[in-house]
Amino acid sequence: MTTLSLLIPIALGLGLLGLGAFLWSLRAGQYEDLDGAAVRILREDDDTPGR
Amino acid sequence: MSCCAAPLISDKTRDTLSASRIALLEDLKANSKQLVDGRISYLLSAPAIHCGNCITSIEDQVGKLEGITDVRANLTMKRVAVTLDGDSRSLLPVVQALENLGYATQSLTAEEAGGSDPEFRLLVRSLAVSGFAAANIMLLSVPVWNGAEGATKELFHFISALIAIPCVAYGGMPFFRSAIAALRRRRVNMDVPISLGVTLATGMSMYESFIGGGHAYFDAATSLLFFLLIGRVLDHLMRARARAAASNLARLSAKGGFVVGEAGDLTYVALDAINPGMRLRVSAGERFPVDGTIVEGVSDVDRALVTGESDPQRVVEGTGVEAGTLNLTGPVDMLATRPARESFLAEVMQMMAAAEKGRSSYVRIADRMARIYSPVVHILAFTSFTGWMIWTGGDWHQSLTVAVAVLIITCPCALGLAVPVAHVVSAARLFANGILLKDGSALERLAAIEGAAFDKTGTLTTGEPAVASTDIPPGATAAIAKALALRSVHPAARAVAHAIDGVPEPRVSGLHEVPGHGVEGLVDGRRVRLGRRSWVAALMPEQAATDAQGVAFAIEGRGLWFTTLSERVRPGARDMITALRARNIPVTLLSGDGAAQVAAIARDIGISDWQAELKPGDKLAFLTAAAGQGRKMLMVGDGLNDAPALAAAHVSMAPASASDIGRTAADFVLTHESLSSITFAHRVAKATGQVVKQNFALAIIYNVLAVPLAMAGQLNPLLAALAMSSSSIIVVANSLRLHLLRPERAEAHGPEAGRKVKPQPMAKEAIA
Repeated sequence: MTTLSLLIPIALGLGLLGLGAFLWSLRAGQYEDLDGAAVRILREDDDTPGR
Repeated sequence: MSCCAAPLISDKTRDTLSASRIALLEDLKANSKQLVDGRISYLLSAPAIHCGNCITSIEDQVGKLEGITDVRANLTMKRVAVTLDGDSRSLLPVVQALENLGYATQSLTAEEAGGSDPEFRLLVRSLAVSGFAAANIMLLSVPVWNGAEGATKELFHFISALIAIPCVAYGGMPFFRSAIAALRRRRVNMDVPISLGVTLATGMSMYESFIGGGHAYFDAATSLLFFLLIGRVLDHLMRARARAAASNLARLSAKGGFVVGEAGDLTYVALDAINPGMRLRVSAGERFPVDGTIVEGVSDVDRALVTGESDPQRVVEGTGVEAGTLNLTGPVDMLATRPARESFLAEVMQMMAAAEKGRSSYVRIADRMARIYSPVVHILAFTSFTGWMIWTGGDWHQSLTVAVAVLIITCPCALGLAVPVAHVVSAARLFANGILLKDGSALERLAAIEGAAFDKTGTLTTGEPAVASTDIPPGATAAIAKALALRSVHPAARAVAHAIDGVPEPRVSGLHEVPGHGVEGLVDGRRVRLGRRSWVAALMPEQAATDAQGVAFAIEGRGLWFTTLSERVRPGARDMITALRARNIPVTLLSGDGAAQVAAIARDIGISDWQAELKPGDKLAFLTAAAGQGRKMLMVGDGLNDAPALAAAHVSMAPASASDIGRTAADFVLTHESLSSITFAHRVAKATGQVVKQNFALAIIYNVLAVPLAMAGQLNPLLAALAMSSSSIIVVANSLRLHLLRPERAEAHGPEAGRKVKPQPMAKEAIA
């Protein structure tokens, strides 16, 4: 029982972390240009994603 | 890109003060966004972006310009976002830089530029939340299935409830809303049994966990929502992509015009602000913004988009012109007679709205299924309830549990996925082959067609003439003719320029266009003319006896030559007609053109059933009559005159070069020049219909197997979860088979293949 009371919050916390990360990435526009992201990785110059 | 729009844009680039350029800048400004730090961000549509190099060259070249703080090209949406460091900066250098790189730009309307629409964001967020809930509840359910007992089981149920309740409340919203809307209209759709199943499953599980016994179906409820939301998101994604692609196509209607003031000065006025009585100047290559009468100047007007007539018409003082027609050869002044909202265009819009009402009676296959499915399911649940009441002698709890279990197991998870997944896969296949699908139900309608009607100009033909034969000798003479032909935007001149190989003669001087007649110049002191026969023949009166038609070319004192033109049939037209006939689909040609021209084209591509000289209302009448007899017609057309017919047909297609309204009215937009994509679209639609039916069959088989178990009271959460997931996976896997569809050799026409068919080989024959 004690292990459970520790493990369940950890499991849920990790899940929430993933959910939060996804919602953040959605809002930050990470999915705006999926085709472009695939070719940008091949560019030679230093390219930091802009908003 | 479209065959007609592209050269127009490049012609206009020479003229920096053209109305379209000013309209573009005004539009971009209107839709720009001011950032917090005072910078201005603009969003441009650049449909030509297609590869990684495009991104690099755009970002490098535009980024070098003064005043640009940020530039980012979007390959998926084919857009460029540019940020300027202040209000005073003009966007003009950016537009020019992009055009020099080969990317013609257009503005986006406010709602298109708004980026991701709120409905889609809500769906994706719901999907994320229900995915989180489904995964975690499943995690907690596994120990329960494995025999966790007592306090552990209660704790797990309790935590599951805590996760499931907000998730169902939030993630279920799209379904609840749709179900309520349907019930209000006294109809049932698939969302009614879905909403009922999900809420009842959650409610009953809460009750069971509270009293501390029995089964909890939280996992079933949340994973059901998760699967269904996947279907919804895919469906939305498909439509959004087609909409974005359609809005990226060149707009053909004018957005404003130059008003001539008292002192002869020109001011740019937006379309809505043009009033009757205003005098407008329309230069060569522009479209008339409103209906009006010519008051000064002579020119040729291309009215193909409006009337379907392919030959340009000569206009002089007093001739009436319609909004949307293209002024070809000379600048003219017109007097606006009607405001934009009452133009010929607006009349067509009204006709379309009326025509669309007839079509709205179409019921999607999923809704047709729901009409049968929902009552059956609800009757089954009710029967099990009463059955158990009688069997157990009035045990409410037991009977209700069984009834709810029936509703949960019949909740149409696979049915909800059956249609959207198949449609999304097909839409992706069509998209890859240059066909934009605006709405999934169009696939169902296309599969059912029993006849097809085609417009001629701009649909079966490219709307631009090509040289059929010429007696202009190659070499020096041809070089002079080319120099003259390049001066004009008249379609006939362009056809001649296209047909002549080699470089234009540079010694031609004094080149000028005589509106309504042709182009004139001087070579070695001799006059040279290209254009209307009677006008050109004046240079060589002794040779004018021949009665040849088409374009004439003459060098004073040297000779007179004739070139005949014919409409260029789109590649793949003949194959497409043959293929449709092989599938037992009769083809009719409906044209606004004269009978002789229509008969020639019809004979050329093998259509025996044709009608000529039709007005927009006649085409509409033809299609409504067909609909009245119960014949489901496909209409393919491009012009304003086709728009009401496109809206009235069972299903409709328009080439990308069509008028705005034509493209809006059509269900499919064909972006390749070749017409063979029509046959491919029809084949995909048929295959999709098959797969959807198979999906329904699979989903129903699963129900037939599972429902007796539920009615017997033998259902447990593990069984429910397994059955639901496996049926969904089978349906998705079956739909993915559609991805294997490839265009046959005859149907395969990439953009390159389409381009190769352009008349270069023909030109060589003609010259030789």
